Amino acid sequence: MKSYPINIKSFGECAVLVEWPPKVDESILMDILDFVDSFKALKIPGWEMVIAYNSVTMVNNEDPVDFKKIESLITDSYSGRHGSKITRQHNLWNIPVCYDLEFGIDLGEVSKTLGLSIEELIAQHTSHQYIVYGIGFLPGFMYLGGLPKSLEIPRRSEPRLAVAKGSVGLAGKQTGVYPQDSPGGWNIIGNCPIPLFNPKLQEPCFVKVGDKVQFHAISKAEYDLHKIEGEVGIYKPEKVVLNA
Amino acid sequence: MLRVLKSGFFTTIQDLGRFGYRDKGVPVAGAMDTASVKKANLLLENEANAAVMEITMTGPTLEFENPTCICLSGAHLSPTLNNRPIENYQVVKVSKGDILSYGKLEKGFRGYLAIKGGFKTAEILGSRSQYFPVTSHKRLKDGDEVDYHGTSSFSPAISEIKLHDRFSISTLEVYTGPEFSMLTDGQLATIFSKSFTISKENNRMAYQLSELIEGHSNSILTSGTLPGTIQLTPAGRLIILMKDGQTTGGYPRILQLSENSISVLAQKKFGDSLSFKLL
Repeated sequence: MKSYPINIKSFGECAVLVEWPPKVDESILMDILDFVDSFKALKIPGWEMVIAYNSVTMVNNEDPVDFKKIESLITDSYSGRHGSKITRQHNLWNIPVCYDLEFGIDLGEVSKTLGLSIEELIAQHTSHQYIVYGIGFLPGFMYLGGLPKSLEIPRRSEPRLAVAKGSVGLAGKQTGVYPQDSPGGWNIIGNCPIPLFNPKLQEPCFVKVGDKVQFHAISKAEYDLHKIEGEVGIYKPEKVVLNA
Repeated sequence: MLRVLKSGFFTTIQDLGRFGYRDKGVPVAGAMDTASVKKANLLLENEANAAVMEITMTGPTLEFENPTCICLSGAHLSPTLNNRPIENYQVVKVSKGDILSYGKLEKGFRGYLAIKGGFKTAEILGSRSQYFPVTSHKRLKDGDEVDYHGTSSFSPAISEIKLHDRFSISTLEVYTGPEFSMLTDGQLATIFSKSFTISKENNRMAYQLSELIEGHSNSILTSGTLPGTIQLTPAGRLIILMKDGQTTGGYPRILQLSENSISVLAQKKFGDSLSFKLL
């Protein structure tokens, strides 16, 4: 197993930051997840761990952080990360998106800029599996990696004041779904009818960091059906279990 | 039941925050000035996490439907109970039909109303703190009713404390942030010698400062942020994240406020000045 040089930095009274080399890389993400499992196995109460790309922000909600003490616990957990027999499960989530022009308000412009027909654009967007490198920014917002180069497009020069909940966007090397109404500068190509964040559930977000997401195109009629299923809480997201 | 006759400028229910869901992108929320909240709850012999009302700039008008005890803290907003002035950090008995109302903002920016036993609004993901869309509303509205358990038997061990208020403190204590080392000597000199002004862009999510410092072209991969994280934008703007702030961000995190200084900043408003001191 490959080891990375990790960097432990103090981050105020309540937190520490652990950084891996600054790259968007699936093997780094898996190494971070191994470390997080190894640290969680220590069962020290009060710690929250926020993973994003090449880092974990570790926040203690109970006691002020003793940097020297946590630094050595982190170093030990990192060296021991392959010792524990935790089998982590990753899922591939099949997420429905309606690419009708009613929702994909920037489809025309994006298709022109990228030199792809709308059909080709949808075919490319739905043919890739995207890795979840982090959840943040808004409740349930996934940072997805693995967008094909052919779909890279700069964010809009002027952000919109309101982007509708469920909007599926493209910006730079990223694609993603707005989990709630929000201002935003991404190019909107469709809408996902199912809630990616539901505060009524004990586990409000079914997707986890390290999972994969693939979009599939649905018709307006299917969209309306899934929307209602989502609202009454009976929509079951489709998943395939991947080997960890 | 407490009846909200008028809700005021921005009045919310807050406890100490919603912990355990940052990895789902959920801000911790919670009272902005926890130092003031903890003292009021202590006088009422409440749990530290008992929910209080956070009252911003212009206060509400409230009617109590059951007898209880209350304690105010934080900003001075000229509060009166049935038109008689009441003080901060004093346990006050209230009766059915009493009206609590507020007047002119004298000092600070956020006042707190703590109540015996805490407000009993629904807990969502382990907290009563209002944050939309985790809670269904972002703030209280005219006509809302807020639950509490009435009591007429409470007699406090300590009914009043006198405190020096902290509204005149304008120096915020900071620790180095993860990207502190990217600051140039020029930027460091500006940050630690100049005084800054709070801009109009200030709310529960973040406080932006009016003065720009020297900009930069450093970029980082999106990474975790906390209440009290000071970000520096490429244009040289300082943004201080607060309790409803996003859980991750892509601007360099140059400094981190002490927990105490987050409470101090929570009482500042547009036009107030402040400076930074490295711990």
